[in-house]
Amino acid sequence: MADRIERVQGRGCVLRGDDIDTDRIIPARFLRCVTFDGLGEHAFEDDREQAKGDHPFDAERFDGAKILVVGGNFGCGSSREHAPQALMRWGFEAFVGGSFAEIFFGNCTALGLPCATLAPDDLARVMDAVEADPEQELVLDLGAGTLRCRDGSFAATIPDGTRDQLREGTWNATAVLLDAGDAIEACAARLPYLDGFGGRTGDPRA
Amino acid sequence: MAGRSLLDKVWDAHTVRELPGGQTQLFIGLHLIHEVTSPQAFAMLREMELPVRFPERTVATVDHIIPTHDQRRPLADALAEEMMVALERNTAESGIRFLDTASGKQGIVHVIGPELGLTQPGMTIACGDSHTSTHGAFGAVAFGIGTSQVRDVLATQCLTLARPRVRRIDVTGKLSPGVYAKDVILAIIRRLGVKGGVGYAYEYAGPVLDAMSMEERLTVCNMSIEGGARCGYVNPDDTTFEYLRGREFAPGGEAWSRAEGWWRATASDPDAGYADRVELAGADIAPSVTWGINPEQNLGVDERLPRLADVPEASRPSIEEAYAYMALKPGEPIAGTAIDVAFIGSCTNGRISDLREAARVARSGRVAPGVKALVVPGSQAVARQAEAERLPDIFRSAGFEWREAGCSMCLAMNPDKLVGREICASSSNRNFKGRQGSPTGRTLLMSPAMVAAAAIRGEVTDVREVL
Repeated sequence: MADRIERVQGRGCVLRGDDIDTDRIIPARFLRCVTFDGLGEHAFEDDREQAKGDHPFDAERFDGAKILVVGGNFGCGSSREHAPQALMRWGFEAFVGGSFAEIFFGNCTALGLPCATLAPDDLARVMDAVEADPEQELVLDLGAGTLRCRDGSFAATIPDGTRDQLREGTWNATAVLLDAGDAIEACAARLPYLDGFGGRTGDPRA
Repeated sequence: MAGRSLLDKVWDAHTVRELPGGQTQLFIGLHLIHEVTSPQAFAMLREMELPVRFPERTVATVDHIIPTHDQRRPLADALAEEMMVALERNTAESGIRFLDTASGKQGIVHVIGPELGLTQPGMTIACGDSHTSTHGAFGAVAFGIGTSQVRDVLATQCLTLARPRVRRIDVTGKLSPGVYAKDVILAIIRRLGVKGGVGYAYEYAGPVLDAMSMEERLTVCNMSIEGGARCGYVNPDDTTFEYLRGREFAPGGEAWSRAEGWWRATASDPDAGYADRVELAGADIAPSVTWGINPEQNLGVDERLPRLADVPEASRPSIEEAYAYMALKPGEPIAGTAIDVAFIGSCTNGRISDLREAARVARSGRVAPGVKALVVPGSQAVARQAEAERLPDIFRSAGFEWREAGCSMCLAMNPDKLVGREICASSSNRNFKGRQGSPTGRTLLMSPAMVAAAAIRGEVTDVREVL
C-alpha cells in the first residue's frame, strides 16, 4: 500500500501560460537515461535558459514551493513520465491548474501527485494571490475538495476515481491490479485473438 | 436500445473488473515497448520481485535513440548504448521478443506494429509513447501510457483507466488534389483545438476516411493526441482486412474467417450514440502548415498569418508567445517562408506511401542551395520497399540524404538535430519549442509532399504548384 494522500500543504509557485508541453518540462535530450535520478535539476531547462533568470523556477521567492500553480492543458504532448518525475524531484508534491493533459494526469496519479482543477476565475485569483504573497501556505485538501489560501477557499476538483486512489493509498496501481488474480487470465481466455482465433498461435514470439 | 460504439464494445470485452470510483481494470491485448520509457519499468518490477505476466503479449523495438547514419555497436553516444543494452537485457531476461536492427523488422514502434500485422481490430493496445493512438486506424483502442503504467502492464497485463467519451468526427465529400491525410488531421485539430479532445476518444468516419488507405488512416489517428484525445480510431472495414491479409502476425488459414467475423462485429453499430458529433467538409481542407508552437496553430498554405486583432482575446497570449518564438510576422502569407532544413519521416509520415508522394515531388527538381534535406524511412521494411522502387536514388539525385530507420529528427534523441534557430519543414507531429533538438529551433509541420516542395524551393510552397 502506498501513502494515503489527504492533503498537500506548502508554498506555491506560479507558472503562467496554457498548453505547456512535456518537451518543455523536460527536453528530450535528458531522456537518454535508464533511471529517473537527476532529472529534477533539468526541469524547464531550455525555458529557464531563454528567460535568462526570469523564470518562476529561478525566482527566489518561490524557493521550496510544494504546489505548482499552472494554466490550461498543462503537460500536453509526449507521454514521458520523466516530466512529472522531474517536477517531483524539483520538489513539487501537487499541481493545481486550469486543466491537465490526460497522460500527464495519469502519470502524476501513478506517482501520488494530485492534479486539481480550479475554475478560471478562481485560478486567476489564486495566481495573483500567490504572486503577491509567495510566503503564504496553500492547502490542497482532497477530502474537502478545496484549495485554501489567505484569499479564501476555492473548489479544487479531482475526478472521484482518482481522488479515491490518492486518499486510499491505491495510486500505485500494481497491487490493486494484481488483486484481480485469476480474473485477468479469465478475461484473456474470452478474447479470441489471444490464441490467433484458434489458428496459429497468438504468441508473437512463435 | 441504442447501438454501441467500437470503443464501448472493445472496452467491455477487455474489462477484467470495475473498480471503485468508476474506473475499469482493463486487459491490454498488445503491449509495445521501446528503449526510452521501459528501462525504469523493468527496474521497478525487479524491485517488487514480480515477473512479466504475459511476456508473449509484449513486443519490443528500438527507435527513439537509434542513429540513422551509423548504427554500429557500441553506439557512439554512450547514453544511447546504455539504453540499448538495458533493452536487450530486459527483453532477454523476460522472454519478450525484441525486434532489433539485426531482425530486419526494426523500425518506429507505430510503423512496425501495423506492417507486421501485430496491430489488429478490436484489440486494446498500450505503449509508453503518446503516438500509440496511431494503431486506432485498425479499429483498435490504442493509447499512450507513462513508465509506471508500463510497469503495471508488464506485471499484470492490465491498466486502471476511466472510460473515455466518444466524439464522432465525420469528414464528408472528398479531398482535392494535393491534400493529404496530414492536412485532414491538421484541419481537425485547428477546428477542435489542442485540448478539445481531453476525455474523449475520437472516432474518425465519413466518406473521406472510408476512401483512405490504411497508411492514410494511420496518419490521421497518429495525431489524435495532438488534439488532446488519448486515442482515436477508424472502424475496421474491407480496406483494413485487405491490408492485414498475409501479414506475418495476422491470422491465417481457417482462423482468418473467424477473425474477420469478430473484427466486423467490433465496428460501431449504425445507431451507436455519441457524446458529441462534428462534421468537416473534405473540399474545404487545403494543404496545411503550422506556423506556431502547437499543432492547432496551423493554416492553409494559401492563407495569411493571423493578426492579433482577429483572434479571441483568450488566445492572444499564446499567439503572442508563438510569434515571439517563431519570429514570423502577423498578416504575412505563410507561403514563401524560408526554410533551413527539410525532414521527411516519423511515425506520422514515414511509411512507403509518404515516401512515394515525396519522391514524386523530388523528381521535379533539386534541393535548394543551403537547405539540408533528410529522408528517414519509418522501418527497415519501409526502407527495403523504397529501395525496390528505387526511391533512394530519386531522393539522392535530388540532393536529399537517405538514412536508416528510426524516429530521428521528430524528437531528436539521436544525432539528427536542428542547430540554433534553424527552421525546419517537417512531416512529423509536434512543433513544440525545442522539439527538434535545438532549444531555439523552429518547426513547420506539413505533409511529406509539402516538405519535399519546400526543400526544392527553399521556402514554404503550395505543393499544388509543383505536382
